Amino acid sequence: MQELITRAKALLESGEVQRVLGWKQGEHIYDPEPAFFDSAEALKDFVYNGFCGANLSKYMIEAAKLEGKTLVFLKPCDSYSFVQLMKEHRVDREKAHIIGVGCKGKLSVNKIDADGILDIQGAGYPDCADTLTVDTLYGQTTVSYKDAMLERCHVCKGKEHMVCDEQIGESADTADSDRFAQVAAIEAMSPEEKFAFFQSELSKCIRCNACRNVCPACSCRKCVFDSTKFDSTQKANTTSFEEKMFHIIRAFHVAGRCTDCGECSRVCPQGIPLHLFNRKFIKDINSLYGEYQAGVDAQAKAPLTSFTQEDAEPSIVAEGGLTHA
Amino acid sequence: MPVNQNNEEFRPVIVAFCCNWCSYAGADLAGSSRLSYPADVKIIRVPCSCRVNPMFILRAFEKGADGVILCGCHPGDCHYSTGNYYARRRMTLLFSMLDFIGVENGRTRVEWVSAAEGVKFSETMNSFVAKIRSLGKNVRLGDLRCKN
Amino acid sequence: MLKIKTADLPALYERIAQSQDLFLPVRSAGQTDFALWQKDAQVDLDTLKTVKSPKDVFFPQSETLYSCHREDGKLSVTPEELCDKPFVVFGMKACDVQGIAVLDKVFLSEPVDSYYAARRTHGTIVALACGRPETSCFCTVFGIDPAAPEGDVVTWMVDQWLYWDAKTDKGFALTDFLHDLFEPADESTVEQVKTAIRAIVKKLPYADLSLEGWGAQAADTRFDSPIWEQLYKPCLACGTCTFVCPTCQCYDIKDYDTGSGVQRYRCWDSCMYSDFTMMAHGNNRTSQMQRFRQRFMHKLAYFPANNDGVFSCVGCGRCVDKCPSHLNIVKVIKAFGKED
Repeated sequence: MQELITRAKALLESGEVQRVLGWKQGEHIYDPEPAFFDSAEALKDFVYNGFCGANLSKYMIEAAKLEGKTLVFLKPCDSYSFVQLMKEHRVDREKAHIIGVGCKGKLSVNKIDADGILDIQGAGYPDCADTLTVDTLYGQTTVSYKDAMLERCHVCKGKEHMVCDEQIGESADTADSDRFAQVAAIEAMSPEEKFAFFQSELSKCIRCNACRNVCPACSCRKCVFDSTKFDSTQKANTTSFEEKMFHIIRAFHVAGRCTDCGECSRVCPQGIPLHLFNRKFIKDINSLYGEYQAGVDAQAKAPLTSFTQEDAEPSIVAEGGLTHA
Repeated sequence: MPVNQNNEEFRPVIVAFCCNWCSYAGADLAGSSRLSYPADVKIIRVPCSCRVNPMFILRAFEKGADGVILCGCHPGDCHYSTGNYYARRRMTLLFSMLDFIGVENGRTRVEWVSAAEGVKFSETMNSFVAKIRSLGKNVRLGDLRCKN
Repeated sequence: MLKIKTADLPALYERIAQSQDLFLPVRSAGQTDFALWQKDAQVDLDTLKTVKSPKDVFFPQSETLYSCHREDGKLSVTPEELCDKPFVVFGMKACDVQGIAVLDKVFLSEPVDSYYAARRTHGTIVALACGRPETSCFCTVFGIDPAAPEGDVVTWMVDQWLYWDAKTDKGFALTDFLHDLFEPADESTVEQVKTAIRAIVKKLPYADLSLEGWGAQAADTRFDSPIWEQLYKPCLACGTCTFVCPTCQCYDIKDYDTGSGVQRYRCWDSCMYSDFTMMAHGNNRTSQMQRFRQRFMHKLAYFPANNDGVFSCVGCGRCVDKCPSHLNIVKVIKAFGKED
């Protein structure tokens, strides 16, 4: 972590960058917040540990509108989002100095099954422990690092940064499960089971829009669901229909652009597995139109803005051709 | 799948999005050729099948449609050269998502109908309405507020 | 003081549900929220904080106000019926009960909100003392005692027993109705539990949070502070903090076109949203900094200014737990504290 601060200070002092976008120490080890640092002095609050899950690429959309360069720290998976935003001309590569920062899997405090958590040891970077020691109001407990990782880290996309000016720190590939296993399990259900599953998950939705606002792909200036031109309930969970429509349309709008960064599932206050929608689209795109990973190549043609004459007909769905692919 | 007990009486609401250049003209031809198709089908004319946003389809279900069909020019014949190719990918993914969340997958369909295919238009609508009748009322995707 | 074995609680739920609606924390798809009790409901009294506060039992996230219906060229308007049946909310924590007291100040003062008032009249609150306070709890900062909540009935969970103490007429009526399920109990056990809870609360990390400088005068002294420019930056402008909050009371009124008429409904609104209090001329808060400031100034300055110094934060800590960017009212209070 000290290495990151030293480098940031040097870049600030040389005037090469105007500000630093990183994470700021919170009240506890597990609540760092994304933050802009304007001076070397301010960097005393800079922190980088296992709880810095927030994807800073989203904030680079705003940073692109500011004067001068912004130094940003991107983890390997965050760099996919940045490339995707470059492709969409939503960020300015020229105004970003990107330090690819190492990552050994990010943690979620919600996955630690303990009340009254005061401190957690072993969640630092680069020195993270296989087992976290958790001090609570009610005594000490331990949990394995793996068990406390965010869902997205279990399907890690790898150690490589898709874009960066320099790299600091080692990464680890933390993948230990199949990215599409959950999607496939749902596909195998009967329509009644599928409907019941999504009904019970989506009925928890409180329409807080956190999933939308945190999403790097959701960068529309005005969301269709905020439109006053049609009677979307937008912020009210009035009926089960709206919840489904919102999440389907949101996932559809980012289909082919979603890098599967997992921020939507990380921020959902109700723990809805929103990544399932995105992964379903990714899985279908892969099997229908060829393997595609958004955020790898800023020049590649996106699956929904291209076509071939031999594309499958929509009737493939009713014929069950996708579920069993 | 829920099957309506009184299928004889069940009159489904079917929304058909038809592209201006082929399918709408196909519907016209069906009419002028005195071919019949059920009056349950409400046609909405769109400039191109590609104009149909997935939201249109979900909103149709929300407001009480029991089935939604999209008709456009045959692939290769699009008035704008390529619109229907994009529509084809979008609809494939959307239908797959609806299937994923447990909506009966017969409720949506895409058919390519040219201006000369009045017979195909009428046959398509007849078979689609029959399919929706067999599926019964759309309960999974409707908005409860629209029931009165 | 009465008591009932926790193993017998299902019988108690069933008895209540025979004659009225019963709302209590129910676990569903991995999360616990207040919901209507049903026979197969997975009641969860162990989770300290439900995701949403129980305020939506009294002030639902969305509710229809009236419906217009058009038929044969005639238009009819049907107002929504007010709540006219008694119901019970079981398991509200001290902070949530105080949250309702804050809502009362808004909705029960003139002009009285008839929808809310009807629910308040018919609802009986059975509060539950907090067994294991959480790191994010800071209710004591606002003078709330998690060991002895307000409520029509107050209960404590001790080992395999639920201790039951009726406080108001509504509470006594409910107790009478259930009397054969209880056995007499000894006050001293509860006193011990209270002492234990208060001891834990003292050790909470935010227990000594200082509200120095907040209150009515903060409206003048803190509105223009440059600190806001720093604090709001990571805010994503989502409504999570607002929608999990037990005291946020702003709402929007909207129309829904049913095809044959219109349903006018109101729903919770969030000052974090760009269309909050949107008017014909546009919006009077044009930046996220202003919207962010509004939320905290409302709770810590404007509300106390209009309500004899009562803050509209109850220290439940839900926003502390749920903010996607880890921003929260504690950080705001501390940031100003450091500056002083």
